Amino acid sequence: MKSKLSALMLGTALVFGAGSGAFAQDKTVKIGNLTDMSGLYADVGGAGSTLAAQMAVEDSGLAAKGWKIDVVSADHQNKPDVGTTTARQWVDIEKVDVIVDVLNSGVALAVKNVVTEKNIIMINSGAASSDLTNAQCSPNVVHWVYDTYMLANSTGTALVKAGGDSWFFLTADYAFGAALERDTTTAVTKAGGKILGSVKHPLNSSDFSSFLLQAQASKAKIVGLANAGGDTTNSIKQAAEFGIVSGGQRLAGLLMFISDVHSLGLNVAQGLNFTETFYWDLNDQTRAFSKRFSDRSKNKAPPTMVHAGVYAGLIHYFKALEALGGNPHDGAKVVAKMKEIKTDDPLFGKGEIQPNGRKIHPAYLFEVKKPSESKGPYDYYKLVGTTPGEQAFRPLSESVCPLVKK
Amino acid sequence: MQALYAQLLVGLINGSFYALLSLGLAVIFGMLNIINFAHGALYMMGAFVAYFLLNLFGINYWWALILSPVIVGGFGIILERTMLQWLTGLDHLYGLLLTFGLALIIQGVFQNYFGSSGLPYAIPDILKGGVNLGFMYLPIYRGWVVIFSLVVCIATWYTIERTRLGAYLRAATENPTLVRAFGINVPRMITLTYGLGVGLAALAGVLSAPINQVRPLMGADLIIVVFAVVVIGGMGSIMGSIITGFALGVIEGLTKYFYPEASNTVVFVLMVLVLLVKPTGLTGRAN
Repeated sequence: MKSKLSALMLGTALVFGAGSGAFAQDKTVKIGNLTDMSGLYADVGGAGSTLAAQMAVEDSGLAAKGWKIDVVSADHQNKPDVGTTTARQWVDIEKVDVIVDVLNSGVALAVKNVVTEKNIIMINSGAASSDLTNAQCSPNVVHWVYDTYMLANSTGTALVKAGGDSWFFLTADYAFGAALERDTTTAVTKAGGKILGSVKHPLNSSDFSSFLLQAQASKAKIVGLANAGGDTTNSIKQAAEFGIVSGGQRLAGLLMFISDVHSLGLNVAQGLNFTETFYWDLNDQTRAFSKRFSDRSKNKAPPTMVHAGVYAGLIHYFKALEALGGNPHDGAKVVAKMKEIKTDDPLFGKGEIQPNGRKIHPAYLFEVKKPSESKGPYDYYKLVGTTPGEQAFRPLSESVCPLVKK
Repeated sequence: MQALYAQLLVGLINGSFYALLSLGLAVIFGMLNIINFAHGALYMMGAFVAYFLLNLFGINYWWALILSPVIVGGFGIILERTMLQWLTGLDHLYGLLLTFGLALIIQGVFQNYFGSSGLPYAIPDILKGGVNLGFMYLPIYRGWVVIFSLVVCIATWYTIERTRLGAYLRAATENPTLVRAFGINVPRMITLTYGLGVGLAALAGVLSAPINQVRPLMGADLIIVVFAVVVIGGMGSIMGSIITGFALGVIEGLTKYFYPEASNTVVFVLMVLVLLVKPTGLTGRAN
């Protein structure tokens, strides 16, 4: 009996030992693009993010080294419950290792819990809430492209310095809008400006006239748009109609994408200031990538900064996997490796991932060109200023993330 | 107080869209007994047709106001002939499901080709700018929308309730067999009525193109509110839809001023209240 038991234990040990050896050599990866495929942010992320992920897989050259990498995608419909259900299914049934994009802060914060619980990875390039790497940070999350702290800090401070010292907010009524308004309020008051008021509008509104009238009545110099996608384009278009800009107030799009500017047309969008961390026409490398991307994208559009983030985030993820010698399917371990290696990719340049999961790179303040200045399709931005990464994002000394040792 | 006047006026402007859209729905429901869930998608098509007319053929806004309803109305007639007519006499539910499916397909096709962020359509030059009313800056275009919608609403109401053609239509829905006995082609009248309802949706689409981005989902965002308008006004009641459309626009505008967070739900709260007190809607008759 005793010898039988020890034989069984020995056998189990052998199986597990062999198993762990096999894990170290495991070269299978599954990537899930969880995004808005059909709603107001579908052009910002959507199918373009799937394309960016596929390009990252191809460009990594891992297939030639015997890796098997699959990309799947799903629509979270901007609903946190749909997002978390999909994420759970992906982990439990499809064995997804890393979830990318996840725009919409409400969805991202919910999916973050699943990712942490199941010990996989979220490389987020779509959500803006700075809480993802601050109060609600997780060892399984890397936040790549931008966040509300950076957007507020860059655009808010620049506009106050340029004389826009009184603000009124039009805020999308969910996690993202609240975070963006909060962070911009801090940045504006720190720079010596004051906040005259704000109004919260439901997500995906088509009519902004009532809210714009309130902004107009406030007599604030700057009307801050703490919303995104279709909400931002509609509010800018209608602000022009109600004479907000011609009446002397300025609009600040706190989060805008090239797809928004394209949708507005330069006639309406000209002169707008906002911050992005990627623009297709920044340098030779971004132009080369964007050309390849737009040739393959459905409507021939260049990548948005979210698409760029999906690509760059995965390129860095693959570097970490290679450094580990295989896929350990242990999210926290891979993220730790990603933080250890300095980042360097063609789209965002050199940078690093902080202990709280925040990716650091420069932020660019752009102004939209006049129609006469634009030389061709998607030639929309003028570079106004560059903020180095360490100044653009929240300093670690201000962080309340438990992962940051003080 | 000034701000309140401004909100009332803005509410009236939005109300004119609700009125135009719910008018088309009420006409279709009143005459065909079909709950036309594709109405929002057809409204979106109206805006897209205006965009194509301008950008592909250089045809301006004023022509689009006529051509877009005709083109989309023609599309509606094809839908009626090929699909909806087979549902005559069946439960409302079948029409609702069919048109809902159509709406999803149409929106999906447009979204596939044109993305979600929308396309720009400028306000015609002559309607650009605005006037200072003292209590608010009124864009001329918005003023035009209110007046134009009112005229169209009243003209439609008059045609259906006060003319011989309208009398035939109403008779044909009450007792088709009898009307056919008088030598009137009832199926053709029904088809044309659907075309008219769809044309009204497209017209609202053209009117809204310069204000909103021309987006595949623009109808989906609006259609539920418009249904609430029709239900509150009394299903199929033409005047009820017009008045409720304008009234709800104003109530929604006021909510946006006093408690913006509730502006998306106030219409449905009202709908519940009205249905509890008067299940046939404000001006609806029990069938």
